[in-house]
Amino acid sequence: MTVLDYSRSLEQISEDLRVDGRGCEDYRCVEVETDVVSNTSGSARVKLGHTDILVGVKAEMGTPKLEKPDEGYLEFFVDCSANATPEFEGRGGDDLGTEIANTLYRIFNNKSSVDLKSLCISPREHCWILYVDVLLLECDGNLFDTICIAVKAALFNTRIPRVRVLEDEEGSKDIELSDDPYDCIRLSVENVPCIVTLCKIGYRHVVDATLQEEACSLASLLVSVTSTGVVTCMRKVGKGSLDPESIFEMMETGKRVGKVLHASLQSVLHKEESLGPKRQKVGFLG
Amino acid sequence: MAGLELLSDQGYRVDGRRAGELRRIQARMGVFAQADGSAYIEQGNTKALAVVYGPHEIRGSRARALPDRALVNCQYSSATFSTGERKRRPHGDRKSCEMGLQLRQTFEAAILTQLHPRSQIDIYVQVLQADGGTYAACVNAATLAVLDAGVPMRDFVCACSAGFVDSTALADLSHVEEAAGGPQLALALLPASGQIALLEMDARLHEDHLESVLEAAARAARDVHTLLDRVVRQHVREASVLLGD
Repeated sequence: MTVLDYSRSLEQISEDLRVDGRGCEDYRCVEVETDVVSNTSGSARVKLGHTDILVGVKAEMGTPKLEKPDEGYLEFFVDCSANATPEFEGRGGDDLGTEIANTLYRIFNNKSSVDLKSLCISPREHCWILYVDVLLLECDGNLFDTICIAVKAALFNTRIPRVRVLEDEEGSKDIELSDDPYDCIRLSVENVPCIVTLCKIGYRHVVDATLQEEACSLASLLVSVTSTGVVTCMRKVGKGSLDPESIFEMMETGKRVGKVLHASLQSVLHKEESLGPKRQKVGFLG
Repeated sequence: MAGLELLSDQGYRVDGRRAGELRRIQARMGVFAQADGSAYIEQGNTKALAVVYGPHEIRGSRARALPDRALVNCQYSSATFSTGERKRRPHGDRKSCEMGLQLRQTFEAAILTQLHPRSQIDIYVQVLQADGGTYAACVNAATLAVLDAGVPMRDFVCACSAGFVDSTALADLSHVEEAAGGPQLALALLPASGQIALLEMDARLHEDHLESVLEAAARAARDVHTLLDRVVRQHVREASVLLGD
């Protein structure tokens, strides 16, 4: 990015106008589609401008963690595919992948995001482990927001088979899967938060920065907001520094924008579900 | 599975296809705007994405640059959720490295590397859903991606797998048929000249039957060529409409 572009961006942003014509609090066009991959318990693909993310959730049975014997848990894995940029070939994408996975763990590390007790089959012995695998296909800025939207959509789409634990006379337990393939439990994603990344450019902050805008910004704030406007996690990233007043301003913007984002995501997911199994699946062919 | 017949008495396979019938193929070029070339293919339930970057300067050590031709670099990666059992590592394991080398061998035979000396062409293939025939789907997707990138090739590279059950050669094996343990042949063909870019076979097959299996795979690869040709022409037609030609 040249010096001329950078200074022009600063001027425009101070007037609430960005390079592509958006306002400072506008998102790019988001496309969400669920049930894209059939080998999974749930999947979603989200395209935010040129950022493309595919998330697959696989439910497997395992033993609960020792400190939480009556809950299941989620495991996150982020794969930065070489499709996005040749620098991610081999182990090049591992650092970014680990950073994103750690952020996801931190966001979901509270009691209210996902009801983990519903994932328990029998305490201390069996529980459902949800492996949430994120595949980064194309990157044009604003990865965290897109990944969180995709994880929320994939969890909404997840169908976990209903099981019963049968105990016979000797005391040994047997797990029986329900005969009906449509008999499954769904997770409630009402309280799953969404991340809003606010990048500080000049004296103002912008939501949903493209790759070019991220190059102009020295510091960003990641705010994780639930649908009711409760902030669950906050993190500052970037080489530069932020002063405290701007942090409070950015947090307020994050809460405001986050609530709108949640409302529109919920309506899109419900509308897609109401189309039923006859819905025409587009995937990458559209 | 007890009682699972791969080929019924009436000549139908597990998914209802005939012995030489391909699964439904749908493909699209130009899926990603940021890459030089990209393509997506669905062969039955197998879904693969291919992305091409290049030709560009050699990344890493300059010593690898070849003075008279381009270096072709391939990476095969399959998503952790692509198979029935969750995979722990998407790439870097032995099978993915071997597939990467096979793809490289296939495309070095087809790409006109002499036109771009001292440069590198990267082909990255990502399998989203694996239901048998992953090598063939990857080669077909990569051909479309290389064409989308505008890298000059000698010919299309079309691939298909074939097997042999009950004295009949089967084309385009699905996962169930591959897992049954019979002989499997993977063939990558340059259709116009009939030259073979890659031929690989697993398990034992009597040499008397080799010709029929090879013939079934070659016929299926030519059918794939017809479909891919149609996809490319459709894509060029759409692109020229957008340009106003």
